[in-house]
Amino acid sequence: MKSRNLSILLAAGITLTVAACGSGGDDAKDSAKPAASAGADAPVTITVGCQPPKSNPKERAQWDADVAAFQKLHSNITIESKDAFPCIVPETFQAKLAGGEMEDLFYVYYTDVQRIIAAGQAADITPYVDTVTTLKDMRPDVLSVFKSGDKIYGLPRTNYSTGLVYNRKLFTQAGLDPDSPPKTWSEVREAAKKIAALGAGYVGYGEYSAGNTGGWHFTSALYGRGGEMVTPDGKQSAFNGPEGKAVLENLKEMRWTDNSMGTKQLLRWEDLMRMMGSGKLGMMIGAPDVVQAVNNDFKGKFEDYGVTALPEATQSLSGGDGYMFNPKATPEKIKAGLMWLEYRFLTPGQGQFNYERSKTDGLPVGLPSTDLYGSTPPGVKINEQRTQFATVPVDHFQSYVDGAANVQFKLEPPKAQEIYAVLDTAMSAVLTRQDANVDQLLADAQKKVDNILAKSS
Amino acid sequence: MTTITVRSSRRRGREAMRRAVRRNLTAYGFLCGALVCFAFFSWYPMIREFLLSFQKTNFVGPPEWVGLDNFRTVTEDPAFGPAWINTAMFTLLALVAGYAVPFVIALVLNELRHAKAYLRVVVYLPVMLPPAVAVLLFKWFYDPGPGLFNQILDVVHLPTLSWLDSTTTALISLVIVSTWMNLGTGTLIYLAALQSIPGELYEAAELDGAGLLRRVWHVTIPQTRLILLVMLLLQIVATMQVFIEPYLLTGGGPENATVTVAYLMYQYAFSFGNFGGGGALGLMLMIVLMVFSAVYLRVSRDDKN
Repeated sequence: MKSRNLSILLAAGITLTVAACGSGGDDAKDSAKPAASAGADAPVTITVGCQPPKSNPKERAQWDADVAAFQKLHSNITIESKDAFPCIVPETFQAKLAGGEMEDLFYVYYTDVQRIIAAGQAADITPYVDTVTTLKDMRPDVLSVFKSGDKIYGLPRTNYSTGLVYNRKLFTQAGLDPDSPPKTWSEVREAAKKIAALGAGYVGYGEYSAGNTGGWHFTSALYGRGGEMVTPDGKQSAFNGPEGKAVLENLKEMRWTDNSMGTKQLLRWEDLMRMMGSGKLGMMIGAPDVVQAVNNDFKGKFEDYGVTALPEATQSLSGGDGYMFNPKATPEKIKAGLMWLEYRFLTPGQGQFNYERSKTDGLPVGLPSTDLYGSTPPGVKINEQRTQFATVPVDHFQSYVDGAANVQFKLEPPKAQEIYAVLDTAMSAVLTRQDANVDQLLADAQKKVDNILAKSS
Repeated sequence: MTTITVRSSRRRGREAMRRAVRRNLTAYGFLCGALVCFAFFSWYPMIREFLLSFQKTNFVGPPEWVGLDNFRTVTEDPAFGPAWINTAMFTLLALVAGYAVPFVIALVLNELRHAKAYLRVVVYLPVMLPPAVAVLLFKWFYDPGPGLFNQILDVVHLPTLSWLDSTTTALISLVIVSTWMNLGTGTLIYLAALQSIPGELYEAAELDGAGLLRRVWHVTIPQTRLILLVMLLLQIVATMQVFIEPYLLTGGGPENATVTVAYLMYQYAFSFGNFGGGGALGLMLMIVLMVFSAVYLRVSRDDKN
């Protein structure tokens, strides 16, 4: 009797799970097919991610106002805004996609774009993107972030090159001139030593080394020194050379010889933001978005920080964010989404570039964090208005702007996160072990990365 | 005559079954609820994970069957070996500390005459903290500069440690956090087991001249043997899946010194977007734990017999 009952229960369990598996598969198949096209003015509703959260009422109000104005202009389009903070986290991205909850227009960081394209998790918008009037003026290197071959899979919202973020207040305290930030790595070392000498708890220069962020910043520093992560065909690593060695040797010297990097290592994004916000960190590799994050979320003040060009750099890792389209979105949704993107994020004087409104609303204006158009007419107009309505000291970022004009933007390597995970080991080694052998670390990393690239090619 | 007997015996059987069903109706109702929950939240994910480990999927189109490719990918990963070694080391160390310490604390608490309730609350308090909060608290304790632990070492003129930043101390540091977080539950369970031991046994042992250690060895441990065996199994199964500590404290570093199987699984699934690889690692871990549990139960049953 016992075994019969058990068999019935087991059968019921298996039936349930098989039914669940079966239905999941059918759903996936059905939903992968785009819905049939409708007429040009037929009503269309799109869901859009990254509405500013309620904790940021001023930016949220601007978003809502833009949605209302856009819907008035295009009466057939309804925008359903989805808020989240942060706008994207890896865990929810895959879960939302798997559960069919992904927005039609979803937010991405540059670092994830190529992985999403390679996985077929974004729609090809090439046939529709010509409707965006400012597309022809967009920097080709910025647009290339969202391209694979000739196909376009998304559009940028912000774009920046990597520079050196520094605490002007600490520079003054340490007897350094905040208006003349370091231009070479040896000047960075000297400045870091002086800041660390201010007393216990002061860190001259901070660097990541955990959670794949170490590999990310290794790439930034390597590009800045003129190095390459992979060979042009993307089939082999290329970082094990003089530039890669210089990156690790410099960190090792600063950490152990100069003792200017603090004792606490294995730092990740929020660690350095917290240190920068607390006013105890002198310098770090970063872009103006760091200053924004430190000001908004880590109790820093705009006026205390500056950003300058990455020392000695002729090329720089580009960073930023943008939007991509759900692969299940219909052509009508993609067209409507592109119109919204143009309205909200890509038109000078409008949406995110409505600096006059931002100034009136008491939001910071003047950070050079969105260089989408370079020196084309929209770019010039955006820069003029940014300066005209600036509320933060723009001269604190001038050396970064001047430097950025002369650096070549570089994209992340293929299989970026896997490669970054490998290079975390080298970064954490030089920062936590005085006897770390840089040559050996780079040789080990090269072998591992070559394996990763060989498998993916 | 034979037909009538068979019919009547069938009727009696059906009647008995009906009575049994009616008598146990509530129990079956509860069982159904539990079965549905297990089916959807445990068995279904397990089956999906099993399937996923043999597939390549982007969660958009239909998954592609890739045979053993995912297993090949993860086993060739340079972090694969360190992940298993670290997981085994963590389990071993967590067992030594996390198994013995709560038992000793429970023994002490059981012997106390005063402040027993207060101390029980104190011991259980860390369990009430959300794990992420507890881990972040330790992040400050372990800070090589102003961190609590190094301040204490400094006060007593001992050399300070790098704690999480050294390949030699990072894993042990994680074990300390894990032990502290889970101390309360183990202690309370052991305490309950200790309190169920009849006092006469201790009295008899004392009359026979047994000291404290001999009383523990000959009375306490045999009387709590069953609970000790169950806790051992549960603890090994739980600690082999360690994730929060390396995820929040070290990010698997320094130099992969704290990367664990569960952390690597997370990296594959969420950082690399390779759910097949994550599924393959999960399946391997599940098989290892299932085999271990089966062998353990078999051995402990044989031992009991």
